[in-house]
Amino acid sequence: MDNIFQQFPEVISTTIWTILKIVAIVFPLMISVAYLTYFERKVIGFMQGRIGPNRVGYFGLLQPIADAFKLMFKEIISPTKSNNFLFLLAPILTIAPAFAAWAVIPFDAELVLSDINAGLLYVLAMTSIAVYGVIIAGWASNSKYAFLGSLRSAAQIVSYEIAMGFTLVGVLMCANSLNLGEIVLGQSGGISQWYVWPLFPLFIIYFISAVAETNRAPFDVAEGESEIVAGFHVEYSGMAFAVFFLAEYANMILVSMLAALMFLGGWLSPVEFIPDGILWLLLKVIFLLFFFLWFRATFPRYRYDQIMRLGWKIFIPITLIWIIFVGLMMQTSYGEMFH
Amino acid sequence: MDYSSAVFYFFSFILLFSAIKVITARNPIFSALFLVLSFFSAAGLWLLLQAEFLAIALVLVYVGAVMVLFLFVIMMIDINVEVMKKGFWNYFPAIAFVSIVMLTEIILVLNQPFFKAPALFEAPKKSNTDAIGEVLYSDYVLPFEVAAIILLVAIIAAISLTLRGKKMHKGIDPALQIGVQKSDRIKMIEMKSEKVKIKKRTKRK
Repeated sequence: MDNIFQQFPEVISTTIWTILKIVAIVFPLMISVAYLTYFERKVIGFMQGRIGPNRVGYFGLLQPIADAFKLMFKEIISPTKSNNFLFLLAPILTIAPAFAAWAVIPFDAELVLSDINAGLLYVLAMTSIAVYGVIIAGWASNSKYAFLGSLRSAAQIVSYEIAMGFTLVGVLMCANSLNLGEIVLGQSGGISQWYVWPLFPLFIIYFISAVAETNRAPFDVAEGESEIVAGFHVEYSGMAFAVFFLAEYANMILVSMLAALMFLGGWLSPVEFIPDGILWLLLKVIFLLFFFLWFRATFPRYRYDQIMRLGWKIFIPITLIWIIFVGLMMQTSYGEMFH
Repeated sequence: MDYSSAVFYFFSFILLFSAIKVITARNPIFSALFLVLSFFSAAGLWLLLQAEFLAIALVLVYVGAVMVLFLFVIMMIDINVEVMKKGFWNYFPAIAFVSIVMLTEIILVLNQPFFKAPALFEAPKKSNTDAIGEVLYSDYVLPFEVAAIILLVAIIAAISLTLRGKKMHKGIDPALQIGVQKSDRIKMIEMKSEKVKIKKRTKRK
C-alpha cells in the first residue's frame, strides 16, 4: 500500500494513510454502537419476558438502521433564547473525545493506531473532556430540566473520575508502564496472570465507576426519566440527539475495552496453548458490555446523595488502601503475584 | 516551512486568539470556554516539544477538572458583565503601569542564561513520564513531599472553612439508613380472615 503513495511527499502520504486507519477504527465502532442498541433491547426484552424488536429484517436485525434513518430525517429544533452556537457545539464536544480515545487502543500486538508511551494517561484525559459536552448542552438549552441534569452529571463524572484514576494507578503499578500494549503484555501467561486477580477490588470499583461515568443505569440520574424528563438532552431532537446517544454507547464500549485491556488480558487467550488474537478481546468486551445491560434491567436507580456517598466515602478510601497494600506486597516475597 | 513549525504556528495562533478572547468576551461562559481552548492549545505546543506527560497532565488536570468546576460556578451565578466593566477606564492607568512593570520584569528574568537551556531538545531515551518520575522521587523528593503536605493542609483548610455556621440540616444519615433492620420497619400482625359480606349497593343521588 505504501508504494502507491511514493510519488507524493511524505507528509501527505502519512496523512492519507492515517485517515484510512482512523476510518478503519471508527466505521466498525459505529456499526457496533448500532448493534449494541439492538443487543440491549433484545437482552432487556428477554429479561423482562418480552421479545424485543423483531419486525424490521430477520429477527429485527435492521431495527438500528431504521432508527438511524428516522432520527436523520427529524427536524433539529433549537429552543427559544438558547445559545445556538453552543447548542450545536455540545453534541460534537461529546462525541469527539469518545472517538479520539480510540487512537491509543491496541486491538492486537501490532494493531494500534498510535502506540504512545503515556497511552493510559491520554485515555484518561480524553474521557475527562467529555463532561464539557454535557455541561454545555445543559446550559445552552435554556431549560431547567436540562440544566439540572447537566449539573448532576458533571458532579457525578468529576467525582467518579477520581476513583477511576486511582484504580488505574494500581494497574500501572503492576504493569510498570503507561503504554496500553505493554500493560497487556505484562499479563501474558494464561488466565492466572491477569491483573484482575491481584487487583480484584480495583477491578470491581473500576467497573462500577465506569457505569457511573457513562451515566448508565443505576447511576443515570443525569437522565432520570421520572424526575427530570431526559436530563441534559431533553431539548435535543433528531440527529443532535442521536449524536449524544452515539457518544454514550461509544463510551460504554470504550470503558469495557479498557477494562478488558487492563484487567482481563486484552487480546491474550486465557489458556496458553490456544493462540491469542483480536477475537479474545472482542469476546471479553461483549462479556463486559452484557453486564451494563444486565445492570440496567436489574437495579433500581440510585438516589443522588447515595451516588455521591458511594463515590467519595467508599470507593476512594478502598482504592487508596488497596494501592498501599499492593505497594507493600511488592516489597515482600509475594511480590511476584503483583507483577 | 516544515511540518512542525506549521503545527507550532497553528497552535500558537489559536492560543493567542483564545487568550485574548478570554478577557474580551462579553459572556463569562464564553470566557471560561476560551480559557479551556487556550489550555488545550498550550498542551498541543507542549506535545510539539515532546513533553507528552506535561501536555496530557495539563489537559487532565486543568481542562478535565479545574475548568469544569469553574464553569460550574459561573453557570450558577448570574454575572452582569456591564456592571463589572463600569470602572474600567478609571483604573486603566494603574492597570497599565502594573502590567508594564510586570512585563519588563518577566523579560529581564527570562533573558538570564539560566533559562536558556540548550539541552532541552535532546529528549531522554526513556519515556517522558519515567524521566519526570525518576527526578521527582530521587533528586527532588523533599521539595515534592513538602509541596504535597502543603496541598493537603490547603485542602483540609478549605473544607473546614465551608463547615462553619449552623449544623441544623435535614439531611439523612446514611449510616442509620443502612443499619435499618427488617423489624424496625415491618410489623407482622396475625389476622383472621373475615367473611366478606356482600352489601346491596345503595343508590347514590
